[in-house]
Amino acid sequence: MFVYIVRRLLQTCLVLAVTSLLVFGGLFVVGDPVEVLVSPDADAIEKDRSRAAMGLDKPLYAQYGIFVSKAVTGDLGKSFVFGRPALEVIIERMPATLELALVAMIISIVVGIPLGLYAGLKPDSLPAKAIMAISIVGFSLPTFWVGLLLIMLFAVQLGWLPASGRGPVTEFLGIHLSIWHWDGLKHALLPALNLALFKLSLIIRLTRAQVRENILLDYIKFARAKGLPRSRVLGVHLLKNILIPLVTVIGLELGSVIAFAIVTESVFAWPGMGKLVIDSIFQLDRPVVVAYLMITVLMFIVINLCIDILYSILDPRVRLDGNKI
Amino acid sequence: MSEQVIVPKEETPLARFCSQFAESKLAMFGLLLLVTVIVLAVFAPLIAPQNPYDLGKLDLMDSRQPPGGASMAGGTFVLGSDGMGRDMWSAILYGLRVSLLVGLASGVIALTIGAGLGITAAYVGGRFEQILMRIVDLQLGFPAILVALILIAALGKGVDKVIFALIAVQWAYYARTARSAALVERGKEYMEAAKGLGLPHWRIIFQHLLPNTLPPLIVVGTVQVAHAIALEATLSFLGLGLPTTEPSLGLLISNGYEFLLSGKYWISMYPGIALLITILAINLVGDQMRDVLNPRLSK
Repeated sequence: MFVYIVRRLLQTCLVLAVTSLLVFGGLFVVGDPVEVLVSPDADAIEKDRSRAAMGLDKPLYAQYGIFVSKAVTGDLGKSFVFGRPALEVIIERMPATLELALVAMIISIVVGIPLGLYAGLKPDSLPAKAIMAISIVGFSLPTFWVGLLLIMLFAVQLGWLPASGRGPVTEFLGIHLSIWHWDGLKHALLPALNLALFKLSLIIRLTRAQVRENILLDYIKFARAKGLPRSRVLGVHLLKNILIPLVTVIGLELGSVIAFAIVTESVFAWPGMGKLVIDSIFQLDRPVVVAYLMITVLMFIVINLCIDILYSILDPRVRLDGNKI
Repeated sequence: MSEQVIVPKEETPLARFCSQFAESKLAMFGLLLLVTVIVLAVFAPLIAPQNPYDLGKLDLMDSRQPPGGASMAGGTFVLGSDGMGRDMWSAILYGLRVSLLVGLASGVIALTIGAGLGITAAYVGGRFEQILMRIVDLQLGFPAILVALILIAALGKGVDKVIFALIAVQWAYYARTARSAALVERGKEYMEAAKGLGLPHWRIIFQHLLPNTLPPLIVVGTVQVAHAIALEATLSFLGLGLPTTEPSLGLLISNGYEFLLSGKYWISMYPGIALLITILAINLVGDQMRDVLNPRLSK
């Protein structure tokens, strides 16, 4: 186990190095941030000065060397646009993204599991077929397009919910979020629903498949034969058994919700990390782009590692050390 | 072509595949939709009433006409016009071309690279296989949108770069599918026979192993092309995809986004419906192909 984790950590460093080199090298080629950031009527001397101030006058390998030596100490460079450490700018936006991801996950779990249960228990009924049809549509529609439809329906046509932005942030139990406030919740609902739709479809289908598999097993028959009420058989015996695979998938999907937030945040102008990185790509704000990608890649590696380790704990048949390389 | 296999005519695998495929009405409907979409895209210059790229033909007086509105030149905008006075129906037809081309091109190239590597890995085994599969696992641990974003951030915009990013996102799926299919085939007798004949390795891999791993690859391929089209649309919507000179469906939707809040729905809506129909049609066909080609699911 120990050897395995060490090996994985080495691999992590390798992936981070490759990603940073790729992005760093690529961004170096794409454009000159000075042309975008400095006012158009600045003369050559002024441009050179700001170039030197941002460390852009050095050759690529020197810039990368400085970046790496600083990155090891947790300093990912200063944002060209904000003039503050890139890491700080990203962490500032993180609560908004996490809030959105959290609400989306709650929606997909709270709505998805009951719908999946129903579709699994009565697979031939009309509502169950409608649920499955909706889940197929949820799979094939691109996220941004669903977002536009939601805006059109609920914000433009019906005028029930705001189309974009995040509500005021208030404090509750020491946590600063916008959803504590009614107005904030209204702002969060559409983007969260948009982000949730794909996960929702996944959870519905998974729950349904699990129910249909488990309902035929002996333990359910036995529980029924004992004369237990139906609610207890379904709510305790069945639910407990279908939850194990569901929890794994939900854990796996948590990371991808944050990645997909890039799209949803852009559609709804939600001030999170995802919108920040898209804006930064346009403004050629290299430090922020590099820092965002580093953080996200690291986050994914950690999530994947945790899941692999959890698997080996939950299921003794999975042997991590057996994997070569 | 010296080896000829004699098969009774009414039972060729292709004929059996076709008849099984036709069993599902939904899939046939999907196929019909898909053929229509492809025909519209291929013959767009003949069908479209206007060349949307020819800025000289556009009249700003025609901008943001609702569906059915009349143009200054006397024609009708069946699906309305956009902010530049461009006929949406023509723009959608041309956009469909771009979207399909990008999706198919990236899919075919990714299939070639991924399948080649995956089958070779299964055939050669050893260190090559281990390293390749580790890279595949590593890449599939990240969501496609993130990988694409990293590449686009690094490479910049443009048709070739988007296609490259889509290939980089997809090849791992093909490699994994091809390897697992080839692993099953590897132990079969015809492989022993081919090796016994002393055929060169490349010939065994590409002439014997590859054709037998094709069915699962085709299934993954159809699903992946739909994914690629959706991903390209997403990237273009974010402004990270294709240049504005050749708008794909995603870019058309993105262009109409700013008019959406003022109730001018058609500029975003109709390209979106075209995108939806394309993806749905591919998925319907792909679903049925999976059911037919998967021996475990056969009734």
